[in-house]
Amino acid sequence: MDPKVFDVEGADIAWCPGCGDFSILKTIKDTLAEMEISPHELVFVSGIGQAGKLPHYIKANVFNGLHGRSLPVSTAIKAINPELIVINVSGDGCTYGEGGNHFIHNIRRNPDITNIVHNNMVYGLTKGQASPTSQRDFKTSLQVEGVALEPFNPMAIAIALNASFVARAFSGDMKETKEILKKAINHKGYALIDIFQPCVTFNKVNTFQWFKNNTYYLDESHNPHDREEAFKRSIETEKYPLGIFYINNDNKTFEESLTAYKTDKSPLYQRDMDMEKLKKLIDSKK
Amino acid sequence: MSIDSSGKDVSIVLCGEAGQGIQTVETILVKTIKKSGYNVFSTKEYMSRVRGGENSTEIRVSSNRVIAYVDRIDILLSLSKGSVSHLKNRITSDTIIMGDEMHLKSLSIDEYDLLKIPLLEMAKEMGGVIFSNVIAAGVIASILNVPKIVFESCIQEIFLRKGEEIVKKDIKAGMKGYEIGKELSDSGRIDIDIEKNSDVLEELLLDGTDAVGLGCIAGGCKFMASYPMTPSTPLQVFIAANSENFDIIFEQAEDEIAAINMAIGGFYAGARSIVATSGSGFALMEEAVGLSGMIETPVVIYIGQRPGPAVGLPTRTSQEDFNLALYSGPGEFPRIIFAPGNFEDAFNLSQKAFNLADHYQTPVFILSDQYFADIFYNQPTFDLEGLEVENHIIKTNSDYKRYEITGNGISPRGIPGFGDGLVVVDSDEHEENGHLTENLDIRTEMVDKRLRKLKEIEMEILPPELLGSSEYKTLVIGWGSTYGPIKEALDNLNKDDLGFLYFKQLYPLHSTTFKYLNNAKKTIILENNAQGQFADLIKLKTGIEIDKKVLKYNGMPFSVEEVEKNLKEFTEG
Repeated sequence: MDPKVFDVEGADIAWCPGCGDFSILKTIKDTLAEMEISPHELVFVSGIGQAGKLPHYIKANVFNGLHGRSLPVSTAIKAINPELIVINVSGDGCTYGEGGNHFIHNIRRNPDITNIVHNNMVYGLTKGQASPTSQRDFKTSLQVEGVALEPFNPMAIAIALNASFVARAFSGDMKETKEILKKAINHKGYALIDIFQPCVTFNKVNTFQWFKNNTYYLDESHNPHDREEAFKRSIETEKYPLGIFYINNDNKTFEESLTAYKTDKSPLYQRDMDMEKLKKLIDSKK
Repeated sequence: MSIDSSGKDVSIVLCGEAGQGIQTVETILVKTIKKSGYNVFSTKEYMSRVRGGENSTEIRVSSNRVIAYVDRIDILLSLSKGSVSHLKNRITSDTIIMGDEMHLKSLSIDEYDLLKIPLLEMAKEMGGVIFSNVIAAGVIASILNVPKIVFESCIQEIFLRKGEEIVKKDIKAGMKGYEIGKELSDSGRIDIDIEKNSDVLEELLLDGTDAVGLGCIAGGCKFMASYPMTPSTPLQVFIAANSENFDIIFEQAEDEIAAINMAIGGFYAGARSIVATSGSGFALMEEAVGLSGMIETPVVIYIGQRPGPAVGLPTRTSQEDFNLALYSGPGEFPRIIFAPGNFEDAFNLSQKAFNLADHYQTPVFILSDQYFADIFYNQPTFDLEGLEVENHIIKTNSDYKRYEITGNGISPRGIPGFGDGLVVVDSDEHEENGHLTENLDIRTEMVDKRLRKLKEIEMEILPPELLGSSEYKTLVIGWGSTYGPIKEALDNLNKDDLGFLYFKQLYPLHSTTFKYLNNAKKTIILENNAQGQFADLIKLKTGIEIDKKVLKYNGMPFSVEEVEKNLKEFTEG
């Protein structure tokens, strides 16, 4: 399939020139095209932030909701219509900060969705404040003495919660990212893919070159089904591992656990209210 | 003694500590009474604790249907030492206080009409103190002239799940109580003669929560996401319990914010969705009310009100969150607010809430409260004729635009995966195709489009209902759960110059409101809040200042006596 299928005509892209978001957008389009997924079966759900605008630049069904609240929306859409492919995309602030509680419980819930998190370690839309993933001592207009908080570690948290699929990528490596993304979308269950990306305007520390120098790919010796090993890798900070950290196929997806789909697999919108059953229920109150 | 000179109505109050099983006694009695053909009503007040404290349940047995709380206590069944002091303001010399010696020993027979029954001793003989409840239920069933067989079958039904052994013991305990009750009646110590009505046998027995819940199912509800919070939790339990049977998904969210965002996501994907919460929980949901308004994706919101602010009185009642619902969410967009005051309205309005939400693509509120959610009474079965889950979803074409500008402001709503179009919704201001824009002309057009829906909504507002005299000089105004006590007070006063205007839809306010109020010489409103929130809206919309506001905000509902007293003073003053 030609990735152009996903182009939005006349889209007025609001990102800064050179932003890592462009390569993530292109990688997503290429991935979907290679996977022969049609825009109609796709729903992109996002929150707020520069990453949250991505769905406006890709042809698909879109739910661009509130800051931090995209995961509950994605969960519900997938639960109501499991035939849809739901991709949740937002930034590190939206997903790990404002939406941190949803991030945690969504992992426990395990809906069959893909969660792409643009991680540039800084707030872009609000102009350069610290994000949950900002590194210690990172100076901003609000963290004038530098960030004093421990950086949020999404990989470690996801593995600690026995998430279904946990991966990290780098926006500059489009080929590698595409392969990880394919696996994430194909994975049955919640798939987290945190994508390192440079912010050319507000993060002069974690630049393209910095990511190049401070990351390495997990090689074939890494067994993604070994949770302890995955956790060890997730807390490495001298150089940050990229690739698939952890896969857990043991847990049912949220949709699979719903009684509504026990015998009938059709989406809920196709089902009518059963008047006879309602009459019986009312009569049972006699 | 003879209870209530009119012989039409007896009020029995059960009082004891949390965890003592009062609820079981209530369940047995209410069921038994209804199944014997008597009108029955019950209401409970309880403390926010799992064990201890003092909780009470009032059961009214009557020849005509009553649906309100009275202060009067004809018989008090005291199951704890603290019962009498807990209820002292409601106990008079006419109140018969029934209970075990152990719980009544500190009370003087000069002051109180005590009826001591060795409940605890008998219960111990039967296998444990816990049976004292069933013995007591037997006494009351018997003095109410409930047929033995009806009582027995109710015990059987209620304890069935506990196994045959327990059922046997409970029946034995119940029968023991029944005999004692019979002796009391035969000796003339207690003489109750309430008229039966065979219609009651065919009626439903349910609580305010059930009425809303059945309405939700009838409205095609397919998804509920919620976070437990008193007094909205029972509705969550009701939906969860019926989810399998009606293809409903119930999900307990991690917090209220997740809950409402899930519900909006559910509606977006094509399932009629609802959240149930109370004041503080709803405060967390507010931002998403604006989301629903902006992306024109509906949501139904059930608020079981309780006194605030913040945690307030968790287990008590109030009507304090009308303003919160009315003004919730940033920006300007249409909304609809219902506040049912009886079960029929609770059922019908809850059903309608889903149709309206779906049609107007906007938030619709159902305001209830602790009192209303927890009251039980018998009710003629609901009329299902003509009830319909209206279809407001279209199959999209390839050129589909989610926010097409239309004359009435309603853009046909598609859902993802149904048709050739794409459904794009955005919390930013957006173009017709749903993509975000900062074009200020489009902004104005979109605000106008969204608010045009309000004009449409205004054409089908439910008018307020006038009860009592249409030639009224004095007009009483009430909304939601004050309906019951005001109606009964009105009936009792039986004045030909007194009318009661009952609002079941609070917003938008119906245009006849001005005329109704303007026709009155004097107006009075009763609200369970401290500031007269609905009176303020009436003033804002009609310019009419209601003459007297009777406001109660201690966490208890209005009693019939209280309403009567206030109306009497107001009409005669």
